[in-house]
Amino acid sequence: MKKKLFQSTLILSLVFILSGCKLALFDSSGVTGKEIGDTILLTMGLMLIVVIPTLILSVWVPYKYHESKAEDDYDPEWEHSTKIEFFAWGIPVLIIVVLATIAYLTSYSLDPRKELVSDKEPITIQVVAMDWKWLFLFPEEKIATVNEVAFPVDRPVEFLITSQSTMNSFFIPKLGGQIYAMAGMENRMNIMGNEIGEYRGISANYSGFGFAGMRFTAKVTSEEDFQNWIADVKASGRVLTDEEYDRLIEKSRDHEVEYFSSIDPLQFKNIIESFVGAQNGSY
Amino acid sequence: MVHTDLIKDPHVLTGKLHWGVIPFTDPVVAPVMFAAIFIGIALVLFVTYKKLWGYLWSEWFTSVDHKKIGIMYCIAALVMLVRGFSDAILMRTHQALSTSDSFGAGYLPPEHYDQIFTAHGVIMIFFVATPLMIGIMNVVMPLQIGARDVAFPFLNSLSFYLFLVGALLVNISLFVGEFAAVGWLAYTPLSGIEYSPGVGVDYWIWALQISGIGTTLTAVNFIATILKMRAPGMTLMKMPVFTWTTFCANVIALIIFPILTIAILQLTLDRYLDFNFFTNDDGGNQMMWVNLVWAWGHPEVYFLVLPAFGMISEVTATFSRKKLFGYVSLVWATVVIMILSFLVWLHHFFTMGSGASVNAFFGIMTMIIGIPTGVKLYNWIFTMYKGRVELTASMWWVIAMLITFTIGGMTGVMLSIPANDFVLHNSMFVPAHFHNVIIGGAVYGYFAGFTYWFPKATGAKLNETLGKWSVALWFFGYFFAWVPLYYTGFDGMTRRLQYIDNPDWQLSMYVALIGVALIAAGVAIQVFNIGWTLYKRNDPEYRDETGDPWDAHTLEWYTTSPPQFYNFGQVPVINDRDPLLDMKQKDAAYKRPEKYERIHMPKNTWAGPVLGLLTLPMGFGFIWHIWWMVIVSITAIFACWMKLSFERDKDYYVEVPEVEDLEDKFLKSNENRSYYFEKNAKYYKKWKPTKRTDG
Repeated sequence: MKKKLFQSTLILSLVFILSGCKLALFDSSGVTGKEIGDTILLTMGLMLIVVIPTLILSVWVPYKYHESKAEDDYDPEWEHSTKIEFFAWGIPVLIIVVLATIAYLTSYSLDPRKELVSDKEPITIQVVAMDWKWLFLFPEEKIATVNEVAFPVDRPVEFLITSQSTMNSFFIPKLGGQIYAMAGMENRMNIMGNEIGEYRGISANYSGFGFAGMRFTAKVTSEEDFQNWIADVKASGRVLTDEEYDRLIEKSRDHEVEYFSSIDPLQFKNIIESFVGAQNGSY
Repeated sequence: MVHTDLIKDPHVLTGKLHWGVIPFTDPVVAPVMFAAIFIGIALVLFVTYKKLWGYLWSEWFTSVDHKKIGIMYCIAALVMLVRGFSDAILMRTHQALSTSDSFGAGYLPPEHYDQIFTAHGVIMIFFVATPLMIGIMNVVMPLQIGARDVAFPFLNSLSFYLFLVGALLVNISLFVGEFAAVGWLAYTPLSGIEYSPGVGVDYWIWALQISGIGTTLTAVNFIATILKMRAPGMTLMKMPVFTWTTFCANVIALIIFPILTIAILQLTLDRYLDFNFFTNDDGGNQMMWVNLVWAWGHPEVYFLVLPAFGMISEVTATFSRKKLFGYVSLVWATVVIMILSFLVWLHHFFTMGSGASVNAFFGIMTMIIGIPTGVKLYNWIFTMYKGRVELTASMWWVIAMLITFTIGGMTGVMLSIPANDFVLHNSMFVPAHFHNVIIGGAVYGYFAGFTYWFPKATGAKLNETLGKWSVALWFFGYFFAWVPLYYTGFDGMTRRLQYIDNPDWQLSMYVALIGVALIAAGVAIQVFNIGWTLYKRNDPEYRDETGDPWDAHTLEWYTTSPPQFYNFGQVPVINDRDPLLDMKQKDAAYKRPEKYERIHMPKNTWAGPVLGLLTLPMGFGFIWHIWWMVIVSITAIFACWMKLSFERDKDYYVEVPEVEDLEDKFLKSNENRSYYFEKNAKYYKKWKPTKRTDG
């Protein structure tokens, strides 16, 4: 009986895993994303070990002890069994001990603030959540883009994230984690894409009427294409002046991609500091 | 529910009100508004025609009887369920029609759609789940512990009217102005005056503030009742599990609702007087709001689900024809959940960036709650074990709950791992999870309890066939509606999207729409069942003459259905955890005591409805900046309070002859109880009086 239960648990977990293969979170193209996807499946599998027997019992017990059945084993006074109580507390404790260990370890190993190990130089991209678009600033290349970002494959990217208005959450589902964008504060997230491609980027925290359209494209490119992309942005010949920035602050929905060939390298710092009194936001 | 034009300088008389705020031309809202006005007028005319106003005023509106207040809570909850469920239907149809490009962008603009998901959350939590639960608690808990009423009967009435005002404000917002479009917890700074200058958030503020104070008062009331008014002999470890869970839930409420009250007060100051508690600049801290609101919000979930666990326990024990398995274990599990519920709130925002150590702590605390919860599930299953399970509609709800809630628990543990949450947070996986536990845990529990105690409150048993149909429709409807959304959550679909540009999710949205249609049918059958049963209440098939239609174990069944206004002719002395069962076994039940004593009862009072409803113009005045209305209402509230505090004539005695008269009738009707005993006689033969070790 127990063997059968265990087998069916394994088979069912397998079905879940296989059916999940095409889904964004389990078919990740980023380093952290892959590990998180595996953690989800692992925790689900572990939970199923207790969940499936519980589900079977929830149906089998009322069936077995239905009033229409013979009365031989009817025992109305039976209300306590130390043995069963031991297992009723023991099994959940055991499974939670295992899961808590996983939770503890992965909290550290998959912390989005943790720098990713790579022999390549990391690239820094600053992100500003605006109503309702994403502004990306490349401080080294001195360019800026709206609703489109590119970075080279297999190279760690450090996103520094803030907001010009409400609370948003910066998220590229196919590549890895998300983190809140909040005005006056700088949040940090490390990502490394290891498959070339174009990925959906979204805001994952509701931020107002234009929220559904607050999307961007994240392009993971070859090193060469990345240089070409920067050249394209530079070719736009537009400067991110104060007037241009004020225009971006205006609310807009389903904003078009925009390129700026030149920015003030202190732009990001200035945006954060424009919220007076929020000095405690830097980490 | 239109996004209204703003008036910069409120008028002295009308504040920000003007004709433009009433959605006469909105194709979705206007028909609903006219229908509501029509039904309202028809209802008033009907009551006037039948000359029922005096009866309603003296028997219901001013009543301090916990059972009648409980019934009024349940009626309001069911009306609001229909309202909140309409929002769910709108959301599902809209998302089904706004996925990919084939149907364009659905039929609701974001200004409208975003109000709907906000209203849905607020209504379902504050104005459906909470009142349904408090309603059932009100009817059942004092009866279960052998009390004549709650500790503070007037306060109970006031709590109800404060809740009602909150519910009314939410409904008024549908027709006058707009509701908040900021998500049900109104995250700052979006809910601040800078980003939400309309009256929507003000409706949110005053609806929650007023009804929240009502909930706090209820918590005080119930805690005092349980601690001070139990029948003689009922020690804490002899209290029924439902009373235990009610107690723990109200301790939670008493601790958390003040947090919400203060947080909302701070947001009020931000919005009305340019304070900067939660603004982006001038030192405001938006993260503080998120912490405060979840420090209230997470325990709130346990406040809602614990009493449902209690209801499940009572129903399972009764219909398994067996004592509850592991009573002590269940009580401790409840207490542990109560304590742990305060230590998990941060799991709602692992992605805010608190760092690995903080996240790990809150993640692990969250999982630990899974342990006592799992224990409860096993205890219910082992209550059925070696029993003789009678599969009534209530038991169907229990089994539906066991299955659905177990799955919800699994997804909850998955979410509690911070690393997982970094990709699952705010995805469709999250609403799928919390609907899984709130519908599967709390709501199914309430419906089990509702079906179980309906005859106690009304004197008529709900139709079993209809009841089972609604269980089946809810059960399958739930999985149709939410499994596809778990799936799209895994695919990176965020919640609260007004349109969806990914055609891969189209099929999922259609399946979810089928699910919501199934649940809608379930709700319709429930509402019909209640109406039908009340219509047929004198039919022998429906009527409960004995006061104990299920052959149950606890004290609430040791009186008429519905109980007399004084509950018990004579409060019995309790010797056992299952007092009624104990009495039945010793053949001591339904025996006329040697003599009755006069009964001390509270008088009905005008103060509950008048004081409570005066907060309606107060809240409305605040929302629309009509200051004279605010001043007049507050003055009137103070004046009424003064008048009330000088009233001395608040109680009376029910004299012995009246008690004797009513009790004799009841005992007589119980002479023909053989029907029930015959049916279960075979079980009773097996009951043997044994000595039990009570904790």
